[in-house]
Amino acid sequence: MKYIDEFRDGERARGLARALQAEARPERQYRLMEFCGGHTHAVFRYGIPDLLPPNIELIHGPGCPVCVLPIGRLDMAIRLVCDHPEVILASYGDMLRVPGSKRRSLLQARADGADVRMVYSVSDALALARANPDRQVVFFGIGFETTTPPTALGILEARRSGLDNFSVFCNHVLTPAAMKAILNVPPGAQAGETLEVDGFIGPSHVSVIIGSDAYSFCAGQYHKPVVIAGFEPLDVLQSILMLVRQLNEGRADIENQYTRAVTPGGNRKAQAAVAEVFTLRPSFEWRGLGAIPESALGISEAYLAYDAEQRFDMVYQAAAGTKGCECPAVLRGAKKPTDCKLFATTCTPESPLGSCMVSDEGACAAYFTYGRFRQEAEQRQAEQRAEHRAARA
Amino acid sequence: MNMKQADDSFQAGRRQARRLDLKNGRVELTHGAGGRAMADLIDMMFRRAFDNPLLNQGNDQAAFELDAGRMVMSTDSFVISPLFFPGGNIGSLAVHGTVNDLAMAGARPLYLSTGFILEEGLPLAQLAEIVDAMAAAAREAGVLIVTGDTKVVERGKGDGVFINTAGIGRVPAGVSISGDRARPGHKVLVSGTIGDHGVAIMSLRKGLQFETALQSDCASLNGLVAGMVEQAGGAIAVLRDPTRGGLAATLNEIADQSGVGIRLHEHSLPIRAEVRGACELLGLDPLNVANEGKLIAIVEASEADALLDTMRQHVHGRDAAIVGEVIDDPMHLVRMVTTIGGERVIDWLHGEQLPRIC
Repeated sequence: MKYIDEFRDGERARGLARALQAEARPERQYRLMEFCGGHTHAVFRYGIPDLLPPNIELIHGPGCPVCVLPIGRLDMAIRLVCDHPEVILASYGDMLRVPGSKRRSLLQARADGADVRMVYSVSDALALARANPDRQVVFFGIGFETTTPPTALGILEARRSGLDNFSVFCNHVLTPAAMKAILNVPPGAQAGETLEVDGFIGPSHVSVIIGSDAYSFCAGQYHKPVVIAGFEPLDVLQSILMLVRQLNEGRADIENQYTRAVTPGGNRKAQAAVAEVFTLRPSFEWRGLGAIPESALGISEAYLAYDAEQRFDMVYQAAAGTKGCECPAVLRGAKKPTDCKLFATTCTPESPLGSCMVSDEGACAAYFTYGRFRQEAEQRQAEQRAEHRAARA
Repeated sequence: MNMKQADDSFQAGRRQARRLDLKNGRVELTHGAGGRAMADLIDMMFRRAFDNPLLNQGNDQAAFELDAGRMVMSTDSFVISPLFFPGGNIGSLAVHGTVNDLAMAGARPLYLSTGFILEEGLPLAQLAEIVDAMAAAAREAGVLIVTGDTKVVERGKGDGVFINTAGIGRVPAGVSISGDRARPGHKVLVSGTIGDHGVAIMSLRKGLQFETALQSDCASLNGLVAGMVEQAGGAIAVLRDPTRGGLAATLNEIADQSGVGIRLHEHSLPIRAEVRGACELLGLDPLNVANEGKLIAIVEASEADALLDTMRQHVHGRDAAIVGEVIDDPMHLVRMVTTIGGERVIDWLHGEQLPRIC
């Protein structure tokens, strides 16, 4: 494929790997966070860690939309479809399998008779609303800045065409706010609860929308470099090299490796649509990161008629996660999936207990699918079985 | 109703005007009730298309002589939706599927049986198209459909038509092909581009329609296999067609069965640009996508190049490639060296493939 294969070229990858070997100083550690789940996926799909010197460590960030949605918000959606038989809930596929409270997922709600449909875009949800005028279609809007503009356009289209049986359950969240939350070490934090990130591999698609200027706080306030990277393996390798160079030179700049798509100001039209329809929530709960001020969007006053939370009196109740599930720590980058006792034992992509095992972009699913640390995981599993047997004997 | 009764009706039918309206008619419950209507259906629909001396014996069973040697037998049921897709339909698929299951033992497929479960209301014109496709596929593969059965279920209790086929074939002397025979050092070959069938079907699924010129690769592979067996039958350890679950599932099956590891090289995998494009867009992995006209061959290294040449000379093996090798691995993993030189494990597909959000 033209313009894709060039960014997966083995020869160039080896060249970048050699440059990284030469550039990375053996006496120090480089702890780089790829914020976005798309990058986590690419890192494992292409085996990028195999090309890195051992002192460059990639830490997987919280940039996976289904992973960071707290259980309480998912429960709201499940209650909505169960309590309102007139509702058709239109959701992206990934969201359907995430277990909510009592491990109940939207797929299970569907099996019990609730009308939950998998859609590929907000336009599919609009089409459902048009085709079912006697039903209420609620679009489960989730995602970072990438999926927010389409949701905004969906609401604008519903108003324009007088589609009154359409509304949005809005869970759109903001990348810069989450990065700040990661960088703000809470007072009294213990070792292992927090992490030290030396720099960020910045998201691709999110940055197309918000622009590279949106990360200037990282450099200014926190003195951490950011390199915005494309999703292809050579993009990621080159961005790591750029970060290593900045760190070696003591710089903390916002650099843009993904110049073929990202501009300093971002996509102004998309930003305008978002500003028209949405408003900042004072605070929003994130799985793993807790309540973060001004980190999510709600539907603005002028479009409240399309807010499913208003229309159906949906109420948020905090809910506890599965016991033993380390998704929160994994999402903060404080633990690796293999540090979780449930990983690859009771929690697998077939029967996920935590959100990070559901989406392709979740760190646990990527570890599992692409076999990273498989050997260690299986060894640990065998040990656990032996322990279990010993305990019973 | 058996074939004898059908035959009587057939004779009687010759004296009367035919009542099967192939243009506008639909399958009715009476078509399965054993009476006149059923005889018409068997006569005008099935016998017309499958016509051969063994079927025309008109008995409840087909009788035939066999040479001495090892026989193989296989059965498969087909419930695909949609019934018609670019490159084939459920009928051609039902022949290719069982022919290929037989051929994967290195066998020459000989005879097939077929069972139809028809849903009341299925247009007869559609059934005729399906049956004609089966007949054409059988002719192309050189197999005879020698016995059959028809049932009709009420509207809403089927999905148009379900087809079962079973078949038998004969294995040439000196050939011993089985999933447990892969050994470290063997080479892994595929007969052509992967993922074509799955992506062609996906492009038609409700809610996911996208335009593509892609056709299903659905084909009988016994001709290809016959050439390979003739070239170096003794050097072929494993043959298998990577249908549901794609290359990933099939290679994992073989690794488990043989107790070995397998290493693939991503750059050598033949994948069409359209398939790669659709998979990129939908967040799918072509290694998990189904094929219906491709085979994996695991062969002795010394014969790999010669077999590859033979495969490439056949119409169903033009894009064949050597894609990896069998290795010693106590964990029986399938791994892949990626285009950039990293490595990852190719696991079974977990759950269903879901398109990703952003």
